[in-house]
Amino acid sequence: MNKFTTALATGVLAFAPMAAFAADSSDPIVIPIHNWSSQIVMSNVVGQIFEEMGNNVEYVTTDSQAVYESVRLGDVTLEMEVWEGAFGASFRAAMEKGGIVDVGDHNAVTREDWWYPMWTKDACPGLPSWEALNDCAEIFATAETGSKGRYLDGPVDWLKHGKERVEALDMNFEVINAGSAAALWAEIGAAEADKRPVVVFNWTPNFAEAVWPGEFVEFPEWVDGCDKDPAVGPNPNALYDCGNPADGYLKKAAWEGMEEKWPAAYAVLEKISFTNPQIAEMARLVDVDELEPDEAAAEWLEANQDVWKAWLN
Amino acid sequence: MAVISTNQPGIKPQQYTSTQIATGVFCVALIFTLLQFTGLLPSWLHRLPESWIPPFAVWLDAAFNFIRTDLGLEKLTRWFAEGPLQFMLDTSANLLYGKKRWPGFEQIPWSAIAAAAAVLGYYLGGWRLAALAGGTFVWTALIGQWTIAMETMSVLVVAAPMAFVIGLGLGIAAWKYPWVDRAIKPILSVLQTLPFFTYLLPAVIFFKVGPTAGAVATIIYAIPPMILMTTLGLKKVSSEVVEAGKMSGCSRFQMLRHVYVPAARTEILVGVNQVIMLCLAMVVLTAFIGMPGLGAKLLAMMGSFKLGRSFEIGVTIVLLAVTLDRLSKAWVVKLPEHFEKGTPWWQRHKYLLAGVGAFVFFTILGQFVEWFAEIGRRQNFSQGKEIDTAIKTFLAFDLVQATTEKIRYVLNVWVLNPFRDFLLSIPTAGFILFVVAGALALGGRRSGIYAAVFFGLVALSGWWDRSVITLYSVISAVILATLIGLPIGILAARSEKWSQRVLLICDTAQTFPSFIYLIPAIMLFGITATSVVMSILIFAMVPLVRYTVEGLRGVPEEMNEAADMSGATRMQKLWNVQLPLALPTMAVGFNQAIMFAFFMVIIAAFIGTQDLGQELQKTLAGTDLGKNFVLGICVSLMALTFDMAIMTWADRKKRLLGL
Repeated sequence: MNKFTTALATGVLAFAPMAAFAADSSDPIVIPIHNWSSQIVMSNVVGQIFEEMGNNVEYVTTDSQAVYESVRLGDVTLEMEVWEGAFGASFRAAMEKGGIVDVGDHNAVTREDWWYPMWTKDACPGLPSWEALNDCAEIFATAETGSKGRYLDGPVDWLKHGKERVEALDMNFEVINAGSAAALWAEIGAAEADKRPVVVFNWTPNFAEAVWPGEFVEFPEWVDGCDKDPAVGPNPNALYDCGNPADGYLKKAAWEGMEEKWPAAYAVLEKISFTNPQIAEMARLVDVDELEPDEAAAEWLEANQDVWKAWLN
Repeated sequence: MAVISTNQPGIKPQQYTSTQIATGVFCVALIFTLLQFTGLLPSWLHRLPESWIPPFAVWLDAAFNFIRTDLGLEKLTRWFAEGPLQFMLDTSANLLYGKKRWPGFEQIPWSAIAAAAAVLGYYLGGWRLAALAGGTFVWTALIGQWTIAMETMSVLVVAAPMAFVIGLGLGIAAWKYPWVDRAIKPILSVLQTLPFFTYLLPAVIFFKVGPTAGAVATIIYAIPPMILMTTLGLKKVSSEVVEAGKMSGCSRFQMLRHVYVPAARTEILVGVNQVIMLCLAMVVLTAFIGMPGLGAKLLAMMGSFKLGRSFEIGVTIVLLAVTLDRLSKAWVVKLPEHFEKGTPWWQRHKYLLAGVGAFVFFTILGQFVEWFAEIGRRQNFSQGKEIDTAIKTFLAFDLVQATTEKIRYVLNVWVLNPFRDFLLSIPTAGFILFVVAGALALGGRRSGIYAAVFFGLVALSGWWDRSVITLYSVISAVILATLIGLPIGILAARSEKWSQRVLLICDTAQTFPSFIYLIPAIMLFGITATSVVMSILIFAMVPLVRYTVEGLRGVPEEMNEAADMSGATRMQKLWNVQLPLALPTMAVGFNQAIMFAFFMVIIAAFIGTQDLGQELQKTLAGTDLGKNFVLGICVSLMALTFDMAIMTWADRKKRLLGL
């Protein structure tokens, strides 16, 4: 029995390249949509490419964490943006349970770290160095943090280890966790009104770069093992005494049955890869030019024909 | 509280009353707490040791998997979701926004729906309702939200009738068979108090992410009041009516169809109204599990900090809710019309004909004039950017800054944080006993026992500190809501006109998506406890004000007159006559406020909290279902404790007052 399944699996694997010529199922490919612009537009771009190939496509709005369970069950066919920082843990856990496959990385790097909007630099000119940030900690103080500066970290489930870093580098900061990305934007938006200095968790590529120009704080550079071996990094007795890696992955994931059901679409999905400027451009079309996501996708496809037509062959 | 003993005549004199026991329990709790403060309390009474905590999460996970796969429940629900439910949703989606499904029509022009709605409004309630109903749809189209609004409606037109049918059926069954009633009641209570984050994953697993899961979650949320109102209405049917039915020889089904249900019409229609309101309240939350339309767009807009457009979507949801609410209420009040024999068919159905006529006219017009069929993105009147600017300008005023800064400082540093630290410093055993004492004093022995069991389970769950923080947000918000809401309610209840106005504001606050409050709350008060409490406060104040107004307005006129005759001043009348009579109704409002607060405190995890909501948010990836259930049940158990004690108290008071 066991041998039989192994044989079958090898057979399927061997024929996989050939399967690319088989016709795709006429069932709709279900693409999940979350609540940030680049993901919405990218999903629409991919959806329109699939439609171009003659597939049926449907979009469904879901929570960006709960979506991995749906991909495993095959209710949702793929996921265009798996961020290493925010969703890496969920993705890995889903991989362990099975049903989801890794379809490769985008040619983009993601960076997630302490960040400040440009006006903060006026009050603390030594930035972006982290030592300079620490020296002007008191300008980031709020009513609740007393004399300590306040650093607004991402939601706890993103596991950013802000607290550990503050302790490891002996910084004069208190870490508060925001509950959602929207909460972070609200805090930056409120600070913008009177150009109050703030330091918050942020990442790239996202829409905030276009709305609020800013910079990442430069921490001691990431060295492999900084999260596992205390000896690594400036503080010999602590973990997390470095900045985050400045080149996190951005992956594509799919339901494991996709390859069999929509072989042609899957083959294209494997080739699809967006770069940082392309992702930023997609977000800009919606966030700054105020296009609807499907129009933005159509516009992007129109302007970048050479990019995506190459994936089709 | 001597009531208990009068209710039980066989009681021996040496037995203690609930109040005495409550006082005793309170004293023990106090001693525990004082011992803890002096450092004499054994540590296991302060916090349960880790090793005592049973692996509830593992057990629940196993139980869930058993029900899901071994019992085959998943197959059944999947069949339902992907078969009949999907078919209905696809059909309505095709009709309302032209999704490419059976029967393959084009989208119905917005002008046709608006015109038909206006005629319906006129038929039910004259010009004012016609303007409201027509105006809502015109607004939706002009602001450029027609398609997304119809995506939402396509799910609601399936979910609301299903909630109605199921609720009516269960309500009738509960009225007919007491055992059904007994079985349903606790399930309903648990369903109503479970936090939304706990529904989310089971809905996605059993009913497939997308409109199907959205519809099911909406139905579950909207059913309970329908069941309760149906049972209530049927119980109230007078015996004369029943007798008349029996005399005319009705069969059992005929009795139900032609006697009971028509006689209970008013209550059943109030249930319908509640179903509609609750369906609209779920529009945004269900977007997390695939509900398309307004909610999904709102989340996307908030994710990119577009306050103006989020606000406009909120307005659309409120307008839809108020329209449907007023239409259904007008339908409740409208009595069946009777025509003389021989009235021609067209005269009896003139409104129906007018509605169909208007619908057909605009549908045809839409084929020729594009504008009447669909308003494109460039033609709409959205003011998103302008509203954004207005909000930012408002926030930049020094006065606003200074005021919010002060409120934030005083509340956080002097009130909320010390209160939280105080609650956390009470030993677990003492805390449970305090709650038990409160429940005993309010609701009697049964409530006290339930409180002990429920809070005991919360302690055993291993999430005690977070539960206490959750409770602290709820208590702080409800106290503040009472301080603000009661005076508003009392003042508004003085005149009919102001009552109406305040109730309209309540409707608006209730259906305006709670997510939109979160952002301004953060912008004003930062990511702090104040923001959390403020956003809960707005939501919790609604039932408090509503029930206070209704309770005071419901005081019998004779009582008011009697008070006036005996020369009572306005204050005396309020304190000695009106408030005591309105108190049971107000207690129901207070209870609702607590339930709403428990609902909202979990949503407030999006601001940033350290309570159960934050832990629940972490479990959304679905890899830790057992933990998700444990956390959800903790919230539910705490809410149920309050619910039971207060409702028992209100019921007893009502009976004593003869209301």
